[in-house]
Amino acid sequence: MSDATYPARRTLEALLAPLLALMAASALFSVFLLVQGQSPLDFLDLTWRGAFGSWFSWQNTLQRAAPLLLTALCVALPGQLGLVVIGGEAAVVLGGLAATVVALPFVQMGPVIVLPVMALAGMAMGGLWIGLTGYLRARLGVNETIASLVLAYIGLAIFNHLVEGVFRDPASLNKPSTYGIGDDNMLGSIPFLEVHPGIPVGIAACILCWVLIYRTSLGFAGRVAGGNTKAAQLQGLPVARLAVGACVLGGACAGLAGGIEVAAEYGRANASLAAGYGYTGILIAFLARFNPLAIVPMAVLLGGLGAAGGLLQRRMGLPDATVQVLQGMILVAILASETFYGRVRWFQPRGAA
Amino acid sequence: MSAIGVEAFGICKRFGTFQALSDVSMKVHPGSVHGLLGENGAGKSTLVKCLLGYYRADEGSLLVDSKEAVIERPADADALGLGMVYQHFTLVPSMTVAENLVMARRNVPGIIDWKSESAALEEFMRGMPFKVPLHVPTGSLAAGERQKTEIVKQLYLRRQFLVLDEPTSVLTPQEADEMLGLIRGLAHSGQLTIVIITHKLKEVAKFVDEVTVLRRGRFAGAGSVRYLGPTELTAMMIGEAHEPAEPERLGEPSDEIQLQVRDLRTAADGGRAGLSIAELTVRAREIVGIAGVSGNGQKTLVEVLGGQQPIESGSVDVGGIPYDASREQAQARHVRVLPEEPLRNGCVPNMTVVDNLALRSFDRDAAGTQRGWLDLAGMAARAREMIAAYGIRAPSPQAPIGVLSGGNVQRCVLARELDGDVKLLIVANPCFGLDVKAVAETRARIMAARNAGTAVLLISEDLDEIMELSDRIAVMHGGQVVHQMPAAGADPQEIGRHMLGHE
Repeated sequence: MSDATYPARRTLEALLAPLLALMAASALFSVFLLVQGQSPLDFLDLTWRGAFGSWFSWQNTLQRAAPLLLTALCVALPGQLGLVVIGGEAAVVLGGLAATVVALPFVQMGPVIVLPVMALAGMAMGGLWIGLTGYLRARLGVNETIASLVLAYIGLAIFNHLVEGVFRDPASLNKPSTYGIGDDNMLGSIPFLEVHPGIPVGIAACILCWVLIYRTSLGFAGRVAGGNTKAAQLQGLPVARLAVGACVLGGACAGLAGGIEVAAEYGRANASLAAGYGYTGILIAFLARFNPLAIVPMAVLLGGLGAAGGLLQRRMGLPDATVQVLQGMILVAILASETFYGRVRWFQPRGAA
Repeated sequence: MSAIGVEAFGICKRFGTFQALSDVSMKVHPGSVHGLLGENGAGKSTLVKCLLGYYRADEGSLLVDSKEAVIERPADADALGLGMVYQHFTLVPSMTVAENLVMARRNVPGIIDWKSESAALEEFMRGMPFKVPLHVPTGSLAAGERQKTEIVKQLYLRRQFLVLDEPTSVLTPQEADEMLGLIRGLAHSGQLTIVIITHKLKEVAKFVDEVTVLRRGRFAGAGSVRYLGPTELTAMMIGEAHEPAEPERLGEPSDEIQLQVRDLRTAADGGRAGLSIAELTVRAREIVGIAGVSGNGQKTLVEVLGGQQPIESGSVDVGGIPYDASREQAQARHVRVLPEEPLRNGCVPNMTVVDNLALRSFDRDAAGTQRGWLDLAGMAARAREMIAAYGIRAPSPQAPIGVLSGGNVQRCVLARELDGDVKLLIVANPCFGLDVKAVAETRARIMAARNAGTAVLLISEDLDEIMELSDRIAVMHGGQVVHQMPAAGADPQEIGRHMLGHE
């Protein structure tokens, strides 16, 4: 009666499906390259070298992966509650702006004060923004995907409006920016490794979220609510509060990403923050099937792809958007791979009546 | 239009490695009412879908009207005059009966001349044994009328051979008797051959001429109903003699009121009236059965008691204190719910059997205090106990519950909801879609809970089930409890009248 290897086969299925999707996307992308007279092998080689070929390229990769870890959580946490939230980009830029603006009065007090203030302000802003989506969903029944997308446009517009308006440093001529937090207050790289400081923060956030989801009662309740709302209601679980909570927490992660980007990279909030991290986070969360631990390798993979973009541009003469074409193909393949589950007999339970 | 016979020989059908049908034969005489019996998963639906071209049989042959027939798609069956009425209605609710009929035709012209179509339909209706209003949206028809419309539609499409899938599951006893009587009349007048897929042996005895019985994808027996009684049929269906033992009722209901509903009102939902229940009580060691035609507020009542639907006014008291169905109150007062379709309403299909068995208790430790960390080892241990105690068959406790069979999902939900001290149990259509043995087991468990002192509110569309289990019966119609009576000596015909809203 019992089927001892079934849990292992199920895990294997969960690993194979995204892998197959990645391979399918690669095949499709190869055709795309061949049509343009480019060699897929050259592309693979250059991507590998640009992303993981040297310690320098690793640093570049990790620098891009750092915010992605957090923006992917902004999709994965609501995703565990059955919500598809795709507006993380606005939480990143508004989080970065809030972190900068709130920290400005404290710049004289040194990084010990400034950095925690920035983190808190960024998280609060991001949590508020995505929490609004969760509230619209839970209380008013507004489709959360559409709401978060529209709110992302609004958020970006507000960001531009403020950075080019009230918060603008008049000295920033070509690229409107806020006042800076000062070089002394910025986050340095991790000593010796010279790695972006967002990496340990992001990995810690992923581990904490994994523990929350899979090891606590709260996370269990969230998974029940996400897996079947009716069953959760029947068990008296506060479905609406759980949904809003997951959105707030996810938004806080994305807001923190914005704050860290300002503190580690730019020193001030400007349009550089809107680098598409929020959108790439969607792709990563789906690749990881909303599992926070799986986000870590996927974020590194996608970070590497981004890092190799410059090299590809120079060596193969491919436009910058080529990498985005590949990302888009991966996303479609991942979504299509959901239909893979349950199709292959070998993975299914055996001997059940 | 005259009835045609259908014969199937040696039909085999595999899905992947699953052998759904192996070497099944069935012979349906023209102008007869043929019963197709079997438990859930016995292959009844697969067999008729092979006949109707929805599936292609891997092996076997078909004779339609004594001629070899190849049916590869539904259109082939259509051309031969074979049709089917599904368990779930396939009418478009916002369209009138006339529009539904014309739309179903194969050769609908690009521009429909409604005047002449209407005249033709009126003419057609005059020849029908039962009347349905032509110009009323089907959504506003009662279930019985919709069922008749489905059959009229098949006759309109000039079917000579018609399969009815569980045709009476949504009808009152009167409607069912009337409908089956008319169907039988049509068949015996030689207009139509009927195959009824059913599990109601009373209907088989009363309306069916011959039966074919399937068991686990194989032919298990056939013959004339004159020589096959319920005992023989049940034995064929489950492969062994099975005495339908009535669960024993021990002890009288106590005086202690567990559930008291007073002046309960909920908001109207779309076209349906909300609840308006003046009074309903359930005492300890008592089963109160709620009878009613589907869609008369029973579902809303379960949702209110399960916390899925807010109330507008009135009160719900459990154990003498107002009850809001929150998790804290449900845990403190030991209120449990067995929802209908347990996989859809009471389980998380993607989560494991262990997780699903822990839905009631994951956030409490043994002493009943809130806990923040999951006790994974404790959850697994309790799940093992429940799996053993309820005979749950699962490939692994770590398998997602969605891969279990319907009977095993129901066992999981029973194990979870009947675990520990249960003061009030709300049950909705507990045996829907279960096989004979699982039905008997489920009913026995509910009765055992009652005997142990649990107050049970049983909402069911199966009147036989209500008659068998209840101490008291309440009938719902239009969101109201229109009649209450003791179950002992209750007359099904009288209950049926109240179900339809007649005095």
